[in-house]
Amino acid sequence: MNVSLTIPKPLDIIAIRQEFPILNREIKGKPLIYLDNAATSQKPQQVIDAIVHYYTNYNANIHRGIHTLAEEATAAFELTRDAVKSFIGAGSREEVIITKGTTESINLVAYSWGRKNIKAGDEIIISFMEHHSNIVPWQILCEEKNAVLKVIPINDKGELIIGEYEKMLGPKTKLVSIVHVSNALGTVNPVKQMIATAHAVGAVVVIDGAQSAVHLDIDVVDMDCDFFAFSAHKVYGPTGVGILYGKRALLDSMPPFQGGGEMIKEVSFQKTTYNDLPYKFEAGTPNIADVIAFRSALQFVKAIGKEKIRNHERELLEYAHQELEKIPGLKIIGKASEKVSVVSFVIDKAHPQDIGILLDNRGIAVRTGHHCAQPLMDRFAIPGTSRASFAVYNAKFEIDELVKGLQRVVKILS
Amino acid sequence: MMYPDLTIAETEKEIVEEFALFDSWDDKYEYIIDLGKKLPLLDPKYKVDENRVRGCQSSVWLVTNYRDGKLFYEADSDAMIVKGLISMLIRVLSGRTTDEIIEAKLDFIRGIGMTTHLAQTRSNGLLSMVKQMKHYALAYKIKDPVPSKN
Repeated sequence: MNVSLTIPKPLDIIAIRQEFPILNREIKGKPLIYLDNAATSQKPQQVIDAIVHYYTNYNANIHRGIHTLAEEATAAFELTRDAVKSFIGAGSREEVIITKGTTESINLVAYSWGRKNIKAGDEIIISFMEHHSNIVPWQILCEEKNAVLKVIPINDKGELIIGEYEKMLGPKTKLVSIVHVSNALGTVNPVKQMIATAHAVGAVVVIDGAQSAVHLDIDVVDMDCDFFAFSAHKVYGPTGVGILYGKRALLDSMPPFQGGGEMIKEVSFQKTTYNDLPYKFEAGTPNIADVIAFRSALQFVKAIGKEKIRNHERELLEYAHQELEKIPGLKIIGKASEKVSVVSFVIDKAHPQDIGILLDNRGIAVRTGHHCAQPLMDRFAIPGTSRASFAVYNAKFEIDELVKGLQRVVKILS
Repeated sequence: MMYPDLTIAETEKEIVEEFALFDSWDDKYEYIIDLGKKLPLLDPKYKVDENRVRGCQSSVWLVTNYRDGKLFYEADSDAMIVKGLISMLIRVLSGRTTDEIIEAKLDFIRGIGMTTHLAQTRSNGLLSMVKQMKHYALAYKIKDPVPSKN
């Protein structure tokens, strides 16, 4: 009998930390402890190198020039599209649209698909835990079209109340746009099930994957979402690069988002014919260097393995929960049974802004405030929270420093 | 209503000297928080939207009282460090003539290292508070161009 025992090797955090040069920085005379990864993750050396290498060796505008530099730049740019396709399990590369971020991806759907398909009286469903960028584009659309925005409530643990969502779905529901993982609470929403129930009433589903793409295994075909949006900069990649995945039939049926170069086939003053997918939605010169460097970020994640990263982050999250709850007066906001990598908390008599300033003084970076999710803060009747969020390079000693820092905060402020 | 003994410049100098006693920012913040705790409580009836100077993360309520050609400030905040900073601004500016307030350089903010130490966004919050205090002085000056003297 063959029994194979594989004990997963823990991550070599010291080696991983060495790949992130910024972690050598000192803040106010103390080593940087970066716990604001849900806002943006730091970049490994290979991503930084890719940007420098591009500008040093083959900077050129893409898709048009026939000279060598243009061909090299175009090839590298398109390799990122292929890498993203496999990162999210898309069926074809034409379904991967490169944007400047999650916000632009969502706005693209609201503007292009929304203006064509939403009519007066139609209903759009979002949830209480959406980021402003998955609220405002739909509000603008609803206002313009006289459509109705419906909001799925959440329970005290910070989970969507699925029963309420299912009651909202009906023949008038045209679109559902839901965050995969909440930026403020870390809650993982059961999107696969939610997509299936939305499809049963014929609604189109957008998934805001800004927080999920870096932590969860993404398979857009298995999930069966119609659109999936995320940003490179939260996946160890550069800022200014985002992705919109869309099902081909939908993308084909949609009018362009912006007009300009790149997105056209032929232009005369009488008529312009649009380019094929994905270029129809990529007007103008894109952020070439950063798009190219994003592939290095995806390679970095792939080389370590998402599952290993997830296990490491889960350990950190559990440790953080356990240690933070020992601090007198501290309350964790968001205790969903499925959550990743984010711990949001409030402390009695300590304003998040004071917590943020005092921690910064110890070199610790956390996010404080409403996290661009004001309706969610109102739901919990708090002005904001302090949020620590973890990435692959974080370690337990950093959580210990956070706890020490918070103990001091409590002492000073009480 | 407290009438200040020192001039604006003298008060600023005094604050800078107080801060020079602290070695670390930890101690400075502790002192600022202490000032915040000691700031006289603002009557809750004043904590209304029209008195609110809204920052990105915290709220400040600022109330003015114009008497005998002098402008007095009272304020509160839900955040303690901001409250401590307000306390210093009140110490420097409250009980002065509108002209003195409008012309105040407020170099002490730089002098105690606050502008470089506070992150840009928060430093802006402090500056918007200064602006609001000066706006009030300007408004009273327009209403009462030649202050009545007792």
